Amino acid sequence: MADYSPAEMMIVASARALAGKRVVFVGVGLPNIACNLARRTVAPDLELVYEAGVFGARPARLPLSIGDPTLVSGSTLVCSMADLFLYYLQGGRIEVAFVGAAQIDRFGNINTTVIGSYTQPKARLPGSGGACEIAIHAKELFVIVRLSRRAFVERIDFCTSAGHLTGKPGERTALGMPGLGPQLVVTDKAIFTFDKETGEMILSSVHPGVTVEEVQAEVGWPLRVAPHLEVTQPPSAEELRLIREELDPTGVYGRE
Amino acid sequence: MKLMTLREAIATYVHDGDTIAIEGFTAFICFAAGHEIIRQRRRDLTLCRMTPDLIYDQMIAAGCARKLVFSYLGNPGVGSLHCVRRAVEKGVPRPLELEEYSHFGMVARYVAGAARLPFFPLRSYLGTDQPKVNPCIRFLQSPYGDDLVAVVPPLNPDVTIIHAQRADLQGNTQIWGLLGVQKEAAFAAKRVIVVVEEIVDEAVIRSDPNRTILPGMMVDAVVHQPYGAHPSYVQGYYDRDNQFYLAWDRLSRDPALTQAWLEEWVYGVKGWEEYLTKLEAQEPGIWQRLAPGEAFSRPVNYGVYG
Repeated sequence: MADYSPAEMMIVASARALAGKRVVFVGVGLPNIACNLARRTVAPDLELVYEAGVFGARPARLPLSIGDPTLVSGSTLVCSMADLFLYYLQGGRIEVAFVGAAQIDRFGNINTTVIGSYTQPKARLPGSGGACEIAIHAKELFVIVRLSRRAFVERIDFCTSAGHLTGKPGERTALGMPGLGPQLVVTDKAIFTFDKETGEMILSSVHPGVTVEEVQAEVGWPLRVAPHLEVTQPPSAEELRLIREELDPTGVYGRE
Repeated sequence: MKLMTLREAIATYVHDGDTIAIEGFTAFICFAAGHEIIRQRRRDLTLCRMTPDLIYDQMIAAGCARKLVFSYLGNPGVGSLHCVRRAVEKGVPRPLELEEYSHFGMVARYVAGAARLPFFPLRSYLGTDQPKVNPCIRFLQSPYGDDLVAVVPPLNPDVTIIHAQRADLQGNTQIWGLLGVQKEAAFAAKRVIVVVEEIVDEAVIRSDPNRTILPGMMVDAVVHQPYGAHPSYVQGYYDRDNQFYLAWDRLSRDPALTQAWLEEWVYGVKGWEEYLTKLEAQEPGIWQRLAPGEAFSRPVNYGVYG
């Protein structure tokens, strides 16, 4: 067994996907480590934007929440949340955004609101936060979620954030959604991309040691597999060193 | 005289059945005011906050609220809000009505409220189920083209309470750090209570007018309450007490432990000073643990003209 954790593989795969990007909307947890790793490796000019109203953050410690004070100290700019949502997000300034998901379907539609019915939920989840509008406006949406049959479902219980809707070509544009929608799903076992036309999720890379059958077993619909399925490059020694020594030294997120 | 104790300010301005906003996004959450509202046993409140956080979890556990208006229901960076979930899922201690938006939707509601507009347009909610469960989220065709935009109604709280680093005796209020929606929520409100770490001379405010988010004319009561945002944080004054956020995640799962905590830390103390005394007795080094160190901004020259 390789000497890295599934979470570390997710962080590294997400960071590499930011190569050449300039402006990323960051979430807490794994996306936060991934974006900070990208800034030290493949995307040195990356500006980190947080929905709390911070642009160009340089967090000196691992933020404990989306509104941690370390995001403010040393940042380029702090603004009201009205500015953040109106001018930065709706104004089209966000290139890539990370979101999580409790459930995701074949077309990248995301539920973070309830499991079960809305009025009589089996589980009440946090709700949208900013995810609903982030999914509309960010040029590209990256989803970070652990692969499991509970999460990768044929039908989500509630659509909090729109992906590629029903898979009809041009549906997002017709509705007036400026962003391209979900472009990448990074999990602990594999990486998915989306069909450019229909927006259907495609298995494009399996992590080392993982088979297509293992991935399919955790997905609630017949999975489309890319013609040239790749095997994800494992984390390099330097990527692991940055995560373990600098970005998450106490192992809050990286060791699971 | 605007300077009041928190007890006077809540007794004067917060009434049963009011719509209340205690804002501050992760930062500047005025727990001192929330506890005082619990102690004064206000009932049937409509509580508005983008992120209800532990403050509303506690107020809902204490039975103060009949309705929650929000956009993200979580213990930030930790997990669930168990008391809110108990009220929603089991009606304990009483049923709680939910009115749910996204962050942008809540921001837009406060902006509309502050600007006294009948609605605010935003490009959100497209393709989602959220308008199906909240009839206040509607769509409107642009009068200038084919664009379909979402609209949300204004939010005008009876009382907005915000916490800040400093204000003068007139209520001129300065904040640095995360600005959240405090300005919008205050301008939207009928009455405004500002709770601050420090009362400063008017000259201090006037030396740096760009940092002022509210003029004194907006503010009905100024309360001097150092550490009033514990266990949340105040930029440059104290850090978030994350140990408490983690501890609350454990104890709030159990209704009996939650009530015992409220008895001991809210009903069982006369006010915030006694809460702080208890906190310091429990952990003598708490403020050293939460001290943020120093990172001063460089002074700027506003110039002298005339």
